[in-house]
Amino acid sequence: MTNRHRQGRWIIVISFLVAFMLSALPMPEWASLWRPGWVALVLIYWCMALPQKVGVATGWLVGLMLDVLLGTVLGQHALAMCVIAFVTHKLHRQVRVLPVWQQGISVFLLVFFYQILVLWINGIQGVPVEVVAYWASPLVSTVLWPWVFIILRDLRRRYHVT
Amino acid sequence: MIQRQLVIKLAKPLFIRGPSASIRLLVFVVSSLVVMTVDHRSQHLESVRAALGTLTYPLQYAIHVPIKAGRWAIERLTAHADLVAANSSLREKQLLLQSRLEKFSEIESENRRLRELLKSSVKVGERVLIAELLAVDLDPFSRRIVLNKGTRAGVSEGQSLIDAFGVMGQVVHTGPFSSTALLITDPSHALPVQINRNGMRAVAVGTGSREQLELAHVPNSADVQVGDLLITSGLGGRFPGGYPVGRIIRVERDSGRPFAKVVVQPSARLERNREVLLVWKEPVADSTTRPQPEARQ
Repeated sequence: MTNRHRQGRWIIVISFLVAFMLSALPMPEWASLWRPGWVALVLIYWCMALPQKVGVATGWLVGLMLDVLLGTVLGQHALAMCVIAFVTHKLHRQVRVLPVWQQGISVFLLVFFYQILVLWINGIQGVPVEVVAYWASPLVSTVLWPWVFIILRDLRRRYHVT
Repeated sequence: MIQRQLVIKLAKPLFIRGPSASIRLLVFVVSSLVVMTVDHRSQHLESVRAALGTLTYPLQYAIHVPIKAGRWAIERLTAHADLVAANSSLREKQLLLQSRLEKFSEIESENRRLRELLKSSVKVGERVLIAELLAVDLDPFSRRIVLNKGTRAGVSEGQSLIDAFGVMGQVVHTGPFSSTALLITDPSHALPVQINRNGMRAVAVGTGSREQLELAHVPNSADVQVGDLLITSGLGGRFPGGYPVGRIIRVERDSGRPFAKVVVQPSARLERNREVLLVWKEPVADSTTRPQPEARQ
């Protein structure tokens, strides 16, 4: 049982590591604003699937690591991540039973909210923000959600992550 | 199986009861706000960032290695004829530069003699280190790069970064194996410069766009012209003086505004380099060095 638990935890850790790598993967200049919120998507999935295991604290830690990885002010992504973890936690019972495309709508709203928080903190620091940045990343995230969902669900079932 | 999972899922929250979710959220939100304020205003969290950076560095390196391998493979597959052509053109260039360098060294020694006559101290040659850029993307809203040299190679915060053509930026965060540098085009970066033609001093501020700087607070009547070369003035003591920064490509004088808008194109190839030079500024006891706030960060 404990062995299986440990295995389950590793699957979660590895999924976040892959999301971190996708967040830092070099992309051409024009695509940089369209990069989906990989870490946010993975966090939303685990918050929905395993609400008793992954929650606000995990979100905060993951966000802090993302801050270090991206070189932003410490706490920026941590704040946004723990807030969306909380909202997902509150909604998981309703959203989990929806078909994947309807989940996509909630995911869009969650990532949009996340993006607003991040850009808002940027704005406070005086970084100029283009309007396209608000909706570009949430849109791409929504389109990719079904794949993220299916891959992580299969991984979870295969390795009995509970 | 599925039923058993369901039972576990439903049963667990009943038995595990920590502080309520809202209180936990409040704690984390407040701690994020505190961390952000401290990190933005002071340097106290640099050690935390460096420690966490050693965890993220392997990830960045794992992204960098395959890309580097790809580039290496492409270079390997370049045709022999191309290499021969590149080699011969480089040889010619080297010859040209060598001859020019000899002339410069003569001028430098003359300059030193003249400075001695004027009782002004001599500019010491700077120590440099070549660092490689990691092929990773950072926050899309700022202009930053990651270098593969950290405190173990002697890199320190505030060190300036140049390439073969001019000033690139300065180091802002250091970890044991890597460091992050702010480019001069970042909107939070400002750099004291001097117009090479007439010695007028100004501050070049980043705009956030790829290859543009602006000169801040230049009066409408100031003597600036399109094509003027800007060099670092060395004021503030962070950047060594005399390195090229960029050329003025546009001057807009509007009598309705207090200052002219002066747009500068950086000389350094900010977005195309793979290798950069880190410069150690040797202490120069120059009489012209005066403290001045240099890099807003």
